[in-house]
Amino acid sequence: MWQFFHKLGSPKWFYGISTRLMPWLLVIGTALLMAGIVWGLAFAPKDYLQGDSYRIIFIHVPTAFLAQSAYIMMAVAAVVTLVWRMKLADVFVKAVAPVGLVITFLSLFTGAVWGKPTWGTWWIWDARLTSMLILLFLYGGVIALDRAINDEKSAARAVAVLVLVGVVNIPIIKYSVEWWNTLHQPATFKLTEKPSMPAEMWVPLLLAVLGMYLIFGWLACIRMQTEILAREQKTRWVKDLVMAGRH
Amino acid sequence: MHPIRKKRLTIVLFLLAGIGVAVGLTTYALRQNINLFYDPSQIAAGEAPHDVRIRAGGMVEKGSVVRDPESLKVRFRVTDFQSSVPVEYTGILPDLFAEGQGVVAMGKLDAGGSFVADQVLAKHDENYMPPEVAESLKKTADGQPVANGAAQSASY
Repeated sequence: MWQFFHKLGSPKWFYGISTRLMPWLLVIGTALLMAGIVWGLAFAPKDYLQGDSYRIIFIHVPTAFLAQSAYIMMAVAAVVTLVWRMKLADVFVKAVAPVGLVITFLSLFTGAVWGKPTWGTWWIWDARLTSMLILLFLYGGVIALDRAINDEKSAARAVAVLVLVGVVNIPIIKYSVEWWNTLHQPATFKLTEKPSMPAEMWVPLLLAVLGMYLIFGWLACIRMQTEILAREQKTRWVKDLVMAGRH
Repeated sequence: MHPIRKKRLTIVLFLLAGIGVAVGLTTYALRQNINLFYDPSQIAAGEAPHDVRIRAGGMVEKGSVVRDPESLKVRFRVTDFQSSVPVEYTGILPDLFAEGQGVVAMGKLDAGGSFVADQVLAKHDENYMPPEVAESLKKTADGQPVANGAAQSASY
């Protein structure tokens, strides 16, 4: 097991395996996301209360899920950076933070667009919305801190500590709707219970969520590859790779 | 595992636990400020301050909505199925506003114990269903009004 773990830490090995994986992630991810969104927006039944406006859930929920999952993945990578000093973990954090920022912004934006017609307001300072806004700032902070420190190793450690400190926000986001009174409704998808919507609504939603995760995987791979090439540009294998690409 | 890595891992775990406890205690201390609104029961128990802008939230009581035919003024009662608070509001209500639906109203409690709102927001729950399903559920529930009330309080 440790052998696999250390192999995973090798940028060259990761570059090879991700190159093979990426077309699958992109093709399957796009197919699932398109299927989920088209099904959800055009064919799923409308809601008895909100009519068609609830359909933004098919974009809002996948982005909101991913915004939190991406941060959890970054936190795991941060632990690996701090404990094992694995370069690839730091590459992951650096590559994923801007993606997380955009996804979090999308979930806040779609939430606001949904909130106006249903609740009657674009924004309210309830616990769910505020903690999600903090997540957006955390992503921004991670990017800024990384750019602010020139030395690669110090930047990696500082960023890892920041990511770990911020991870307490994730359970707050998740349970905000249960711990406190909020305007935001509780979760529709629960781990232990059936979703509180019929199958013709939750199946497209699930497809969109899975598609979003796969596309995120593809984005993470392509950004990590770029970062790896930049960092390893003086090594033999990168030079060989570039030369091979010229022919 | 290498002893240095073990030590680092312990430090990381302590860091996480420390932050968790600190944030937990802070949010626990601030829970009344983090809560977006007061329940009707809290207002009835005198927990909500008078003449300060607060939010009150709950269900619009069935049969309690009275609209003034001359103006945009509307009165209704907000309930959590234990206590209820009378609310007065002048303005346009959100589309989702209806009897039996959740609302969050912002305004002040007056001396008489009624809530004068200047903003009313609709709160909906996490249950989504096609109109036909909702219609047939309603038909079944009309036969058993008690069960209907119980189901609603559970979903609220």
